[in-house]
Amino acid sequence: MAIFVHKDTRVLVQGITGRDGSFHTRGMLAYGTPIVAGVTPGKQGQRFDDRVPVFNTVADAVAATGANTSVIFVPPAFAAGAVLEAADAGLELVVCITEGVPTLDMVRALPFLQERGVRLIGPNSPGLLAPGLAKLGIMPASIVKPGHVGVISRSGTLTYEVVWQLTNAGLGQSTCLGIGGDPVIGTTFLDAVEAFAGDPQTEALVLIGEIGGDAEEQAAAYIREHVTIPVVAFIAGRTAPPGKRMGHAGAIVTGGSGTAADKIAALEAAEIPVASRAADIVDLLRSARPRRRAS
Amino acid sequence: MNIHEYQGREILRRQGLPVPPGAVAATVDEAAAAAAELGLPVMVKAQVLTGGRGKAGGVKFCATAAEVRRHAGAILGLDIKGHRVRQILVTPAAEIAAEYYLGMLVDRGSRRVLVMASAEGGVEIEQVARDNPQAIHKLAVDPRFGLLDHQALHLGLHLCPGDLPRARQLGAALQKLYATFLAEDASLAEINPFIFTPAGDGLAIDAKINLDDNALFRQPRHEALRDRDAEDPAERQAREADLSFVKLQGNVGCLVNGAGLAMATMDLVQYYGGRPANFLDIGGSSRPEKVVNALRIILADSAVKAILFNIFGGITRCDDVARGIIQAAGELDIRVPIVVRLTGTNEVEARELLAATELVPAATMDEAVQKAIALAGQAV
Repeated sequence: MAIFVHKDTRVLVQGITGRDGSFHTRGMLAYGTPIVAGVTPGKQGQRFDDRVPVFNTVADAVAATGANTSVIFVPPAFAAGAVLEAADAGLELVVCITEGVPTLDMVRALPFLQERGVRLIGPNSPGLLAPGLAKLGIMPASIVKPGHVGVISRSGTLTYEVVWQLTNAGLGQSTCLGIGGDPVIGTTFLDAVEAFAGDPQTEALVLIGEIGGDAEEQAAAYIREHVTIPVVAFIAGRTAPPGKRMGHAGAIVTGGSGTAADKIAALEAAEIPVASRAADIVDLLRSARPRRRAS
Repeated sequence: MNIHEYQGREILRRQGLPVPPGAVAATVDEAAAAAAELGLPVMVKAQVLTGGRGKAGGVKFCATAAEVRRHAGAILGLDIKGHRVRQILVTPAAEIAAEYYLGMLVDRGSRRVLVMASAEGGVEIEQVARDNPQAIHKLAVDPRFGLLDHQALHLGLHLCPGDLPRARQLGAALQKLYATFLAEDASLAEINPFIFTPAGDGLAIDAKINLDDNALFRQPRHEALRDRDAEDPAERQAREADLSFVKLQGNVGCLVNGAGLAMATMDLVQYYGGRPANFLDIGGSSRPEKVVNALRIILADSAVKAILFNIFGGITRCDDVARGIIQAAGELDIRVPIVVRLTGTNEVEARELLAATELVPAATMDEAVQKAIALAGQAV
């Protein structure tokens, strides 16, 4: 089993006819992802690439196809609205790929999702890829391989770099998850660690963190108490100057907090080895031992 | 995006917060005229996009016209943490009976707007958080209901125990600050200090507001608040070219696709003993003009002695990027060596394209970084 997706996952794509939505929908279909519907207001009745029916609203798409998962490719101004629409239609999982969503839009949206028990991944996320099962988002399918390593990351291409190295070393993945580079996101590092810890297929975890916030520290504290499978980590941004946003809206050292040094110290305190460079992750995983519970 | 105090004051005033009058001056004569009009005594305050102005001598009390001229002259042109002072705010000096900190920010942990209030006003809140964290009262606001009347009053009473009129004033100020925060798509809003005069009047005598860059599309007034002269010229050029760029002090120029990989690349340069010249994320697009713009910005830095491309082609096709680099190399006068690492989709085709050029190929990120550092070291 993977995390967050399963054999009954049925996917709809919001923004399926847009430039990014159509390109990546083809990639997801090519990987064998069960995409049952698309949503673009005004295009109901069309078929995307002669196969996927398009609907005006998420509710219509769910009623007609039984979709239970959404992947969102709509522009930033409409992304929070798309997330809320998906939640209102009763979906269980919503993956928001859109980059550049105003932070307060997500602050306003989250209570609505929590009330309905909807899991949101992102925004500003590459999505997730469960090798051999489903691809939800934009991660390149060519670099993954089915296996037992869980990967959690706040980044896109850095994740690909690490996953590619794992695959080249023969270390397949259970699920590769990008939680998103924004300051306010639906599924946190901690949520993802908890999910992987409960997944029997996952036998080791790689955490790819970066500067900003304290999500890595919180995950480290949880791992120390509750996780028995081996965990290794990498933190990007050791050389980042304070006060500067390093691309991702969430990657910024403010008021001396959120530094790479703080995160590395917290991880090491939880006996999680931290790789000095991405190329060391494979060796750290190979030499990692199962963890003892702290209590 | 950060804005100046005088701009923040205007925003607070629009929301009905009590902000004293003031004028912005760029010369000593303007400052003197403003002081004459506002009436002495006045404060003159450096307008720079950084903290610690007071300690750096950027905030002065002036009792006389001569002092206004003297202090304005000293502050204009002052360098505060690398920021040159080009404007000062002149504002009537208020008599302070009590001062407070009122602030709020987007809190990643609670994923809500976190209101903070403290009776230790006028000092840096980070310092209070370190030395006396109990002195900061916090409340994560439920976005469905906003900062409720009783919550605001409760915070006010923490700051002014037993003084209901003042507690109410503080609570009302917090609610207006929260309204400002939402209306402006802020990521941080602080009044430090909010004061009471001996007569009991509340005044917001400082304003620090950071705005969410992601909300610029729906905040048409915000772009005009950007102080272009305070930006690093290369960073401004990059922003206008839709590139994410941060200038650093090293000699290895870095062009990378993706923010996380770009940070990891800088870190790896330092790991191998080199110094990165910049952070630059060229994004997911491999359009040649984006590569040309990125190279132009990096080449403008004379400290750069070698350039490193680190591209992980997932969605981006490596052969497209290779064509972009070759086109850029043809259009620009490039006098420094370029190391190129392209991995992923269509990397074989990319390597064939680059074989006929003077670009230095590398198979891995580590090899590319080591080659770039070596080449930068050989440069005269």
